[in-house]
Amino acid sequence: MKTTVDFFAAVENQFTIQLPSYSVNEGIARAAVAAFCAQLNPTAVELADLKCAVSEAVTNCIVHAYRDEPGEIRISVKLCEGRLIQVEIRDKGCGIEDVRQAREPLFTTDAANERSGMGFTVMESFCDSVRVHSKVGKGTTVILVKRLRK
Amino acid sequence: MMNGDGYVTYEERGDAMVVRIGGEIDHHGAVAVRSGIDRVLATRRPPRVYLELSGVSFMDSSGLGLIMGRYALVKRYGGAMAVLDPSPAVIRIIRLAGMDKMVPIRTGKKKG
Repeated sequence: MKTTVDFFAAVENQFTIQLPSYSVNEGIARAAVAAFCAQLNPTAVELADLKCAVSEAVTNCIVHAYRDEPGEIRISVKLCEGRLIQVEIRDKGCGIEDVRQAREPLFTTDAANERSGMGFTVMESFCDSVRVHSKVGKGTTVILVKRLRK
Repeated sequence: MMNGDGYVTYEERGDAMVVRIGGEIDHHGAVAVRSGIDRVLATRRPPRVYLELSGVSFMDSSGLGLIMGRYALVKRYGGAMAVLDPSPAVIRIIRLAGMDKMVPIRTGKKKG
């Protein structure tokens, strides 16, 4: 059951990291987010969900936004009142031409490299809210929101 | 190299081959292991392949691509493939993609 998300919840703690778009940093990104969020004592399942969603968003930056060219990925995590976690993943890559199409299950522009096209579906399934802002040639911002159980 | 303590091992049991993958399967890890697995499968062409995932501590949708790619390869040469002992988290993402309708998942017992 999805919960209602209050985007104006007060921020209680936050951190930001910036990583180059090397694939080895996928694991570092999700581990850093998980370590920071651990202070809210999430369940193992909640933490696994968050790690998976972050991993999908960061992989999209590396594979699609920068297309294996060097670039920067900025990840901001906010812990808000009401046990709400907001993770913003931003790149300055190629942008997404059709966000609605990109979010469709199994849609991929990179089937040759065994991309499953399930990245956004995983994010949507494992988070309470997923927002995507993208501009072709400018970059993409994905905002994941997950509310932890009391 | 896969992240962390990743590994791939191969064990032949009669006409079956058990491919054990451990560690974290993300885009980085999947790219690192798939060519090695494909080389072994293309050379040996075992009629039955078991992808044993009990040692996988993390998997995102890149793992789905890894499983489907190997399944397609094995099917192409006339073999059969199943996934063995994935964790609940891995089963969850496999089911999310509906992949369990194509690739059999076996849990809780050793393959025979």
